Amino acid sequence: MASVTSVTPAEGGRLTAELRGFRDVQRLAYACAEAVAAQLKPGVTERDAARMQRTWLRERGVRDWFHLPFAWFGDRTAFANFRIPLQFFPTHRALEPGMAFILDLAPVHHGYTADIGYSGCLGLNPVHDRLLADLEAHRELILREVRERRPLREIYEDVERLMVRQGHTNRHRAYPFGVIAHKIDRVKERRWSPTLFGFGTQSLKGLAADALHGHRDGWSPLWSPYTFSDHPPQPGLWAVEPHLGFRGTGAKFEEILVVTDSKDPQESAFWLDDDLPHVRRWQEEKAA
Amino acid sequence: MNTVRGQEQGRGQGHGPGEGAESAGAGGAADGLRGARERRVRTGGIELCVAELGDPAQPTVMLVHGYPDSKEVWSEVARGLAGRFHVVLYDVRGCGRSTAPQPLRGGFTLEKLTDDFLAVADAVSPDRPVHLVGHDWGSVQSWEFATVRRTEGRIASFTSMSGPSLDHFGHWIKQRMARPSPRRAAQLIGQGMKSWYVYMLHTPALPELAWKGPLGKRWPAILERFEKVPGGGYPTPSLPTDAAHGAWLYRDNVRARLRRPRADAYAHCPVQLITPTGDMFLSERLYDDLEQWAPRLTRRTLPAKHWVPRTRPDQLVSWVTEFVTAQEEGDPAKEAAARGPHADRFGGQLVLVTGAASGIGRATAFAFAEAGARIIAVDRDGEGAARTADMARLIGAPQAFGEVVDVSDAAAMEKLADKVDAEYGTVDVLVNNAGIGLSGSFMETTPEDWKKVLDVNLWGVIHGCRTFGRRMADRGQGGHIVNTASAAAFQPSRVLPAYSTSKAAVLMLSECLRAELAGQGIGVSAICPGLVNTGITSTSRFTGVSADEEKRRQAKAARAYGMRNYPPEKVADAVLRAVVRNQAVVPVTPEARGAHLLSRFAPRALRAIARIEPPL
Repeated sequence: MASVTSVTPAEGGRLTAELRGFRDVQRLAYACAEAVAAQLKPGVTERDAARMQRTWLRERGVRDWFHLPFAWFGDRTAFANFRIPLQFFPTHRALEPGMAFILDLAPVHHGYTADIGYSGCLGLNPVHDRLLADLEAHRELILREVRERRPLREIYEDVERLMVRQGHTNRHRAYPFGVIAHKIDRVKERRWSPTLFGFGTQSLKGLAADALHGHRDGWSPLWSPYTFSDHPPQPGLWAVEPHLGFRGTGAKFEEILVVTDSKDPQESAFWLDDDLPHVRRWQEEKAA
Repeated sequence: MNTVRGQEQGRGQGHGPGEGAESAGAGGAADGLRGARERRVRTGGIELCVAELGDPAQPTVMLVHGYPDSKEVWSEVARGLAGRFHVVLYDVRGCGRSTAPQPLRGGFTLEKLTDDFLAVADAVSPDRPVHLVGHDWGSVQSWEFATVRRTEGRIASFTSMSGPSLDHFGHWIKQRMARPSPRRAAQLIGQGMKSWYVYMLHTPALPELAWKGPLGKRWPAILERFEKVPGGGYPTPSLPTDAAHGAWLYRDNVRARLRRPRADAYAHCPVQLITPTGDMFLSERLYDDLEQWAPRLTRRTLPAKHWVPRTRPDQLVSWVTEFVTAQEEGDPAKEAAARGPHADRFGGQLVLVTGAASGIGRATAFAFAEAGARIIAVDRDGEGAARTADMARLIGAPQAFGEVVDVSDAAAMEKLADKVDAEYGTVDVLVNNAGIGLSGSFMETTPEDWKKVLDVNLWGVIHGCRTFGRRMADRGQGGHIVNTASAAAFQPSRVLPAYSTSKAAVLMLSECLRAELAGQGIGVSAICPGLVNTGITSTSRFTGVSADEEKRRQAKAARAYGMRNYPPEKVADAVLRAVVRNQAVVPVTPEARGAHLLSRFAPRALRAIARIEPPL
């Protein structure tokens, strides 16, 4: 990880080989999400959508996962009435016209991990459009406050406050430990890569190791609202996933935020890639 | 009146059923329908008195009255609809200024009433189908019109209130007789008891004598006393004969239809069902299986008694307008606009929420918006209120507005009330929710602190009830007021003396106002939420501590409430439920319900809890 943390990120827009690896797999994941989203039509179930993502990525050489692809349709995008983590897994809920959906996938490719979230809707859904538009402020807020080296817990609360001011509810609180983000890392490529409750064992091992080190040094690989996240941003790669919910519709984005130990604020933290579907969408809206 | 009727009958003789003729009549409309164009339509040996209002080029809305009424029962509704539609009313045969068939027996069958309808429809709107609106027996016969073959294509929509189809009613009884589970038996007995007057009307001669004698004389007073029907041109002087002739509606149809209900009584047009929940004569359960008979059904419920055209004309005008317009425009998206819970109750109503820029107020505004209500979001924070209005429109509110007002400012509230009245109409549901928090011991609470808390929490509610509540009461068509109190209203605490005092005052104010307004059909509810995850913690004042310490405590309180994480959306659901059920005091969170229970059965336990200083 040393190569990432001490990187000077964008020397003339060029990334180190390490970061390029992460960026490529993130682009691959977003390409998958866009390809699958384009194929969604009424009647497709969450399980179908998850399977389509798996197949698409396996065909392109993905053998291991941070977690297996998820798909949520309709009010499940806002995690309505979720009580136990098993409810995150894809169900037989079928897509209907006007429904919002979220695809969340985390492939490992050539040892690089990405974890992305893609929100869309089938046909017209003004609430979904509003949620996506409102997410832009969160992307800016998170980057700004990470660059200010504010404690992660405080940033979490600021994000939540912004959501409430916008009229939304914080739905990433439903994730395990209520995390808004978690660290991701390289994983060793093995011939056999089993998953445990949908999570790749290699990645879980990495997360557990981070958690152990972090526990000793006073930080955590999970960015949560709890005291164990009351520390400044830890250098590394963070998959950040603010998730808005509004009356039975949810929307999120998830992408990699690079945090370094550089003194220069611009280089101390930056989004790995600005050429992503949700960012392009905001730019197009501004241009229009 | 009798001589006139005799002459008309004489003229009407000789016309066979189905053949219609018309003669324009000049003026002569009763008080309630001043300005109506009148004409007489001959059909089946009788002559019907038809009144028209509004522009004949607009879609035709035909209003059919019930028993024992004449078309004047619709006067308020007709006036309200005339601006947008071609409104047609007629006196059913034997009622008002229409003539009665001879002999009476057998002259009031649903088949003959259908002839009458077709004759009037052909006379007033020969080329376009009409939108039917029926109340009581007008609705019973309109169900017949809407379900028989020969009227297909003549009816564009049908709005039914307080009058089931006799065929559906017959099937309803048969189903419950065939398999009388305890619940179904109870439904049967319940409706059987509500139908007492139907049995009375089947006795020969007595009803006529009663109507022409003492009952006819006392009827207006009875209506005013028990049904809260305001006077003013209704009932008309023709009441005794209307009621005497109308008895044949029952005798000619009820037994025959209930014994052998038609099996094919399917509505061939979209139906809007308006169910008054306080109807003395008809159970709400009658319409349980109505979707099976009317596939395109829109349900509405109205907390009112039987005579809704007299007691709730504004609401009827709004629902009929909305329904008819939707059918005329044929916009499928419009029908699907409001699907949230209680959309049948709040669709199109005007709801004003104070403190709507955040927390419980905002969630309440959203919940009402999902139910299809028009929203006015009021707050000191203009940006937040505008945002609430903006989002409310996204989820189903046909209209939503943000208003910037400080509720503690009496003059500003008065001004707002005038503006709302002029621009949006009278408020149907008022939610006085704005409030601020204040924590600190009594000795450390300064008079300024007291003033601030009472100004917003208590005076805000008082101003809201005085300004909007007064207009609601003056309109005389019901409504509801919700005041947000708190669990602190019955849970004393050493750290919240000022806040608890203000909320206890709100609770008592609500109870007193409830008693005062009960007679006018206006309900008052006090909501006592408890610990809810809203912004009130981070804006609360903590007395007797430094600014830094105050900030620390605010953050800590916010975190504690965040951990409790009771969402304001659940409080909003409780608000809607309280309005629907007209509940007086509604503790919401489990701790609030516990405290409410203890306050009644073990107040000493609450006093013990009050002495604990929460660690902040």
